[in-house]
Order: sequence, then C-alpha cells, then structure tokens
Amino acid sequence: MRLSDLPKGAPAVVDRVHDAHAADPIAQRLRDLGFVDGEPVRVVAIGPLGADPLLIQIGSTRFALRRSEAQRVTVRQEAA
Amino acid sequence: MSASTLRIALVGNPNCGKTALFNQLTGGRQKVANYAGVTIERKEGRFTAPSGRLLQILDLPGTYSFDANSPDEQITRDVLEGNYPGEAAPDLIVCVADATNLRLHLRFVLEVKRLGRPVVLALNMMDAAHRRGIQIDVPELQRRLGLPVVETIAVKRGGAMALIQRVDGDVPVAAPAMADDPDSRADLHAQVRELLAATVTMPRQTAVMDDALDRWALHPVFGLAILAVVMFLVFQAVYSAGKPMTDAIGDIFGWMGTHVATLLPAGPLQSLVVDGLFGGLGTVIGFLPEILVLFFFILVLEESGYLPRAAFLLDRLMMSVGLTGRSFIPLLSSFACAIPGIMGTRSIQDPRDRLATILVAPLMTCSARLPVYALLIGAFIPMHHVLGIFNLQGLVLFALYAAGILGAMAVGWVIKRIHRDKSEHALLMELPSYRMPKPRDIAIGLWERSAIFIKRLTGVILALTVLMWFISTFPSPPAGATGPAIDYSFAGYLGHGLQFIFAPLGFNWQISLSLIPAFAARETAVAALATVYAVGGDANTGGLAHALAANFSLASALSLLVWFAFAPQCMSTLAVIRRETNSWRNVAISFSYMFAVAYVASLLTYQITRLLTS
Repeated sequence: MRLSDLPKGAPAVVDRVHDAHAADPIAQRLRDLGFVDGEPVRVVAIGPLGADPLLIQIGSTRFALRRSEAQRVTVRQEAA
Repeated sequence: MSASTLRIALVGNPNCGKTALFNQLTGGRQKVANYAGVTIERKEGRFTAPSGRLLQILDLPGTYSFDANSPDEQITRDVLEGNYPGEAAPDLIVCVADATNLRLHLRFVLEVKRLGRPVVLALNMMDAAHRRGIQIDVPELQRRLGLPVVETIAVKRGGAMALIQRVDGDVPVAAPAMADDPDSRADLHAQVRELLAATVTMPRQTAVMDDALDRWALHPVFGLAILAVVMFLVFQAVYSAGKPMTDAIGDIFGWMGTHVATLLPAGPLQSLVVDGLFGGLGTVIGFLPEILVLFFFILVLEESGYLPRAAFLLDRLMMSVGLTGRSFIPLLSSFACAIPGIMGTRSIQDPRDRLATILVAPLMTCSARLPVYALLIGAFIPMHHVLGIFNLQGLVLFALYAAGILGAMAVGWVIKRIHRDKSEHALLMELPSYRMPKPRDIAIGLWERSAIFIKRLTGVILALTVLMWFISTFPSPPAGATGPAIDYSFAGYLGHGLQFIFAPLGFNWQISLSLIPAFAARETAVAALATVYAVGGDANTGGLAHALAANFSLASALSLLVWFAFAPQCMSTLAVIRRETNSWRNVAISFSYMFAVAYVASLLTYQITRLLTS
C-alpha cells in the first residue's frame, strides 16, 4: 500500500521508498529523512485543498509531503 | 598564557537551535526563529573561554544530510572537511542535535562522525526533553557513539555551560573517516535504531500540546479560518495600535519644529531645520510604532512555530500559482522588508520555485510602504466603523496588502504559463514543535529593527531629505516673479517635467517628484512631500495630511496608493535580486513587469474613481 493511500490516523510501518526515475533525488532525500524499512509512520493531517499535502509523522518528526512524494513510499498497515 | 585560537564549527539538522547556541556562546544577536532554514549564511563570532583561550565559532546553515545532490549541503561538507576555498578546516565540530527528535538528528551525527574530524555532540533542548519525560542515558550514548556528549539548553541563560567547559578542554580524538556510499548510508538508520533502543526512553512520540494545537491549526476548515483571522488581526492591530502613537509623535515633532523656528532667524537655515528636518524626518519617524507593531506579530509568529503550519495549509493554493508552500515564509518576511525575504528564498531548493518567489516577493507590502499608506489613508479615508467592529481605514490598509498578494498570485501564475516544465518540485518540509515565544528574543528583534530604521532615517533618508529641501528652495525665484517660489526651483522644473509621464495617473508635480527619492527608500516619499509642501507654504497649519487633502483629489490619492502597491521601488531590492540570482536579466524583468503593472493599475484606479466621483 502506498503512503498516499493510508487513511488518516491509521498506524503503519514503512516498507520502502521507490525511485520514480533513475537516481531520484526526492526518493533519496526521503530515505535520508528516515523513511526506511520498519519505521512506524502515520498520516496526521490532510491539506485543506485537494487533500494535499499530507502531514506525515515518522518517529517523532512531522513532515509535510505532497501526494506525489508520498506515492514513492510503500507501507504495511499494522493489524488494528 | 593563552593558547592559539580554536576554530569551532556548529552543525546540525535545521531548527535544532544552532543559532540560539551560537548567540549564547558569543553574546551575539543573530536571528533565531522556529522553522527550518533561518540561518542562510555562515556567521562567525568569537569569545574567550575561561582558560583564556580565544574560541572562534562558525554557525553554519542547518542540513539534514551530506547528500551530494544538494549544493548547500555540499558546501557545509566542504567547509567541515577544509575543502572550501579560503576556509581552513575547523579544529573542532560541535554537532547540535534536538534531544526531543533524536531519531532524525542522530543519523546526521553519525554522518558527521564519519568525516573523521574531532566532534562534540551537544544535546540541545534538554528542557523540552525533560518536560516531555524523555530520558536519555548520556554516559551510555557517549560510550556507544565514541564522542563526547554534553547537554545544553540554548534558550536559557547559562544553558551552554557544559558545552563551554567541554570545548575549552582537550580536543577529542577523531573517529576514523569512512567512505560515503549508498549502502553504508542505509546502514546509518539501523545504527540509530540500536542507539535509541539502548539509550533513550520516550513516553510518547510527540508533545501532547503539538497534537492538540495541530488538531485545530491544521483542520481543513478551522485551520484556514484561523489563518485568515490571524492575518486579518495583524493588519488591524498595525492600524489601531500604531496610529495613536504615530499621531503623538507627529504632534511632538510639530511642537518642537515651531519652537525651534522661534530660535532661528528666518531664512534658508530656519527653513531647512523646520521644513526639512522636523517636517520631513519627523513625519517618517512617526511611523516607527506601526512598523514595530507589524514586526512584533511577525516575530511572535516566527518564534511560535506556526508559520510552517500556514505553509502546509497554503501549499496547494501556492502550487496552483506556480509557487510552493515553502514560499510562504520568505513572502511573509517580505511584509517586513523584501530584502531578507529574497535572501530567505535560499531555503527553497527548487530553482524554478525559488526564482518565482524572488520575482513576486517585492509585491508584498513591505514596512517601508507603511508610512506612505498610513499618510494617505489618514488624509483621505474617513475614520468610521463598518459593521460595528471594523475600522474603515484598517480595511483599506488590508485591501492594499491583499492587492499585493493577489498581484503576486497573478504574476506567479503567468510565470508558470511562460516557464513550463514537467519536472517535479518537492515540498518535503519539517513541521517543528510549537514553542512559547521568548519575550527577550522578541525584544531583541524589535530593538534591532528600530536600530535599522533609525540608521536608515539618519542615513539615506536624511541625506535625501536635505537634498529635496535644497532643490525645492534653490534657485530663488527671479525678481518680479508672480507664481509660488517653488515653481522656479530645480524641484519645480523636475517635477513639472516628470508630470508628463504621470499625469494620466492623476499625480501632480509634487508627487511625481517625490517618486524619485522613493526609489532609494520608499519612506522618503513622505518626507519629500512634507518638505515640498512646507517649502511651498501649504503645510504651515495642520501638517502634511491636511496639505494633501487640500491639494489632492480622492482619485489621485487612491491611484498613488495603488502605485506604491505595485511599483518597482527601492534600489536595494533590485540589487539583492541581482546578487541572489546572479543575473541582470532577472533585475530587468522585475523592474519592467512591476512598472507596467503599477502604471496600468494606477491609470485604471484614477480614471475609474474620477468617473465615479465626478
């Protein structure tokens, strides 16, 4: 499942970040910011216009990501 | 016996408090705020440690990693490794990490450690960590990292003592340097996880207050409503809180002017002091309270951590007009002054987004325009209440600010149409924890701003005002002249000459003339008008506002307000565009598009108002 499809508030863990194209700098930056396998992740808030951007909590940090950025991240939803 | 100077570089993730720590160490007053990317240039300071050794501190912009893809991060890395031209490698690196956010910040600490240079880790924001019940086993962290670790509270007096003692001691031994390749970088996260598991206990991932505030501040409906109310209140406050003080200062200077006049013999000197200095500069200085009220709100918003939230709410809207949520903070600082705003665009990584932000930043109503707006609004817009609570003058002021913002959106949209590209522009913005603004930081910010204002006033504005007085007074009219003396002065000729260009906008020759010094500093337009009308003999009673109201139609006043909203002004702004974009072409584009927009908008305003009011 993609991070951009994760329902707001649902706990999940990161699977991996996919390069949208070869040597994708945005994907590399996401990995540097801690989007790596096994990190707990959650959608905290959704932007008011066009449901974009998303506010993502990873560890104790919150990042605003646009949907196109969040699409690069696949997540596994934890059993509720 | 003092040893040689020790050079120390401060590095760390954005918004971990490096600059607050720098100020704490060096007694400096560098700007701090609560969002990522406040420090955009390297800053240097020095202090003498208790041992008598001189410590030289270098404050570097925050960085998340040493990714070679980002030019800024490459520079930070080069500085630390001594590969930056003209910069010797620091003797010691102080890596600053936010103790409440170690999962992110420790990864960078490990990256810094791999440079193979001596490193001390400063765990900053320990006060916030304690409040949130975060426990860190510092000795264990120190042992596992193999780096000296000290605790600091950069925002508290004396909160850097442990760090001072540590850096004043022996320089720690460097860890071996390690190569930087993608595999080993992925490995850093695993190391961070191990470190955290062994040394840190966190009762919960986030601050309770952040969650509670964000539930409202980022709510799709309430969030936008709160943002609109906050912005509206700021501009209302500028008018209702600043205005009485401005009037009082104006009265004091008028009173001083009349008293000084009685002490001086009539003639050119009396005219220079009374008309030029008290009339001209006195009018400008009166607007300091309004500027400070505006700055007070901008500083509080910056310190609180609310601004990145506003950027989050507005990202989609700004993207639709070719900007980005990240443009929000530079554009908001442009309300104070476009120069720091344009420099602040360095935090926008994407080159196209950055250029678009630079081009529209001068459309934000900077504080130098406030005196002009306040003068004209005070003279022409009646003071009455609309719907019981809003004051009409405040509403007009708000409309002028809104005109700048809407203009910026339109321009951004046009740039996006012209400059099409398919590449993707990232947002990737960290939202910091909320923080109570510190009265001391706000006071320092306001003090610095007043100092800048007074410096401008006694520098460029004073010089221009004296020059304006001179050209309005000389040469004296020829014997037997019938018209007012000022018509025969240089200013008279110059103003009448310029009026050909500006007559269709409803500007009389005095206004056309005042636009010249306004190009150096906008506030000078007020001083120049005050001088010209005083020398012309119209402003002896009741001050400049009355002189304007008597000489000027409502249509001309509105047209001039619109002109100031859009016109390319202030040479310093154009110079900083040149410096930041390294291109005269961008300067030419900025100047011409703003001139064209201002001319057309003022022309329409004047002609339409005249039709409606005649």
